[in-house]
Amino acid sequence: MADNSSNDAYWSANLRIIMISLVIWAIVSFGFGILLRPMLSGIAVGGTDLGFWFAQQGSIIVFLILIFNYAFRMNKLDREHGVDEE
Amino acid sequence: MDQFTINLLFVGASFALYIGIAIWARAGSTSEFYAAGRGVHPVTNGMATAADWMSAASFISMAGLIAFTGYDNSSFLMGWTGGYVLLALLLAPYLRKFGKFTVSEFIGDRFYSQTARIVAVICLIVASTTYVIGQMTGVGVAFGRFLEVDNTTGLLIGAAVVFAYAVFGGMKGVTYTQVAQYIVLIMAYTIPAIFISLQLTGTPIPALGLFGEHAASGEPLLAKLDAIVTDLGFNEYTAHHADTFNMVLFTLSLMIGTAGLPHVIMRFFTVPKVSDARWSAGWALVFIALLYLTAPAVGAMARLNISEMMWPNGGISGEAVTVEQIETEERYDWMKTWQKTGLLNWEDKNGDGKIQYYNDKSEAMQAMAAEKGWTGNELTKFNRDILVLANPEIANLPGWVIGLVAAGGLAAALSTAAGLLLAISSAVSHDLIKGAINPQISEKGELLSARIAMAVAIVVATYLGLNPPGFAAQTVALAFGLAAASIFPALMMGIFSTKINNTGAVAGMIAGISVTLLYIFLHKGWFFVPGTNSFTDADPLLGTVKSTSFGAIGAAINFAVAYTVSGMTKPLPAEIKELVESVRVPRGAGAAQNK
Repeated sequence: MADNSSNDAYWSANLRIIMISLVIWAIVSFGFGILLRPMLSGIAVGGTDLGFWFAQQGSIIVFLILIFNYAFRMNKLDREHGVDEE
Repeated sequence: MDQFTINLLFVGASFALYIGIAIWARAGSTSEFYAAGRGVHPVTNGMATAADWMSAASFISMAGLIAFTGYDNSSFLMGWTGGYVLLALLLAPYLRKFGKFTVSEFIGDRFYSQTARIVAVICLIVASTTYVIGQMTGVGVAFGRFLEVDNTTGLLIGAAVVFAYAVFGGMKGVTYTQVAQYIVLIMAYTIPAIFISLQLTGTPIPALGLFGEHAASGEPLLAKLDAIVTDLGFNEYTAHHADTFNMVLFTLSLMIGTAGLPHVIMRFFTVPKVSDARWSAGWALVFIALLYLTAPAVGAMARLNISEMMWPNGGISGEAVTVEQIETEERYDWMKTWQKTGLLNWEDKNGDGKIQYYNDKSEAMQAMAAEKGWTGNELTKFNRDILVLANPEIANLPGWVIGLVAAGGLAAALSTAAGLLLAISSAVSHDLIKGAINPQISEKGELLSARIAMAVAIVVATYLGLNPPGFAAQTVALAFGLAAASIFPALMMGIFSTKINNTGAVAGMIAGISVTLLYIFLHKGWFFVPGTNSFTDADPLLGTVKSTSFGAIGAAINFAVAYTVSGMTKPLPAEIKELVESVRVPRGAGAAQNK
């Protein structure tokens, strides 16, 4: 590795994106979908509550957004740090 | 044309298509055999991954499990999709950068240890084989039902077809065949769901229909369903009844297991670039989500349809369906069809000429039954696995839809079986034979041994599928638990830690997989022999943790052991630290070398 300091900055930026994404991943599924569902019971969605929606649909949609967002950000980060594939 | 001929036409035409593609895309070199020459576009790869991933369990079984349990089985939906986030963020791009063909090759190189590679191969073969046995059983049942032959004949026909395209096609054949299979299975899943959603809610998109309005009553669909099932004494559909801790753990196990199953991870070796590996995981989830967003709607709507069919005169306050109606009316034909399979049955216990369907375990219902002269639930058997296959018949859809669903169910089971067989064959030929036993083997010899391994795996899986020890669901749980407890932690630590060394990784994998196996055997019987279990999932060893949920704990043990043992032994050599550094940046990925 010729330029270690840039690679370190790249890696910590990557780790930060991963951490934030995984926090959201856990909040929508384990949080809104299961553990925090009682807190969301006041918000009605189509005959049931928001927690049920997150458990059966919402979390899947958020997962999709997380993955595409990660791919987009990382491919951009690769170029910024000059570590993309030529 | 009768239904049997229509089914035969659909199944036959779809198979001709798969075999045709396999022959057209026949693999020439080792690189093509394993990884399709790394020339697969991310969208194509995503579609093939989706077909690979969605097995008989997703297609045939999942909606039925949700239909009869409701909210509590949301774990399947979140677990089997959430794993892709872990794959995309934590594994796929790095493994593609590493640029080898198999999961165990990465583990062997990263942990500079032949032992680590062989331990990984064993974990991988055990997890994949157990999974493929379940698929072969599913293939047998589905073939048997739709070709109207017995289970054994159905399984043998299915095995021959898997053999044809997996052995002769390799990955390239499998990739394009799986694209075709995805298209067949997603059409088969969504078309009946669209019809049913239109009938019940007037919305052509089932996922919206689920949260929409029930056209006949003007109430929200889910509120209507809750009311109907509670009237019959069952748990409210949308409410949370299961143990919360176990539900969290089960969801987590399915997620980690998804990211640790070798046949799915292998898919990310087949894209041209690291950036494509990231996109590819997203595309895979797009194609999976099309089915997974439809599944809860299929489940809820089928439950509503079935409940109303059993109480056609204004719910439980009216009269139940009569035996005569079931036997003569056309809309009850599906009940007679499925009764023949032994998976659906009814019995007029109190001899009143009607079939009362209700929860006879509920105390309130027992009181009502005593008053009305009912002597127990008379819809005596309703196997959950028939729900998706029977659904178009329940909703009275045209014959071609039923034929399409037959073809789709088979596509789901076969595509997963083929992908798993490929993972097994490459583990044997590439990791065991070329990597450990005979490194001098020629490319041709390696290809041959891969095909032999695949053939052996099919024979073993077919044999075990012929004599199912009665554990299809447990088999799938075991496969997930094992993958979660062994492969995923090793891969993740290999990429994200420069502390974990060879001894630590080996100790971690062995600890994770053995404790998980032990826990499963204690609850399901040793090697699944009935009666040898010391505990049951109704009253498990550790609090409320069922054996199906143990994979997450196994993974935690793997991490903890690997970390502790690494701390006590020699640190990583400098060149391995460099390897980890290089895996972390995409530059210089290029084509994989076949060392």
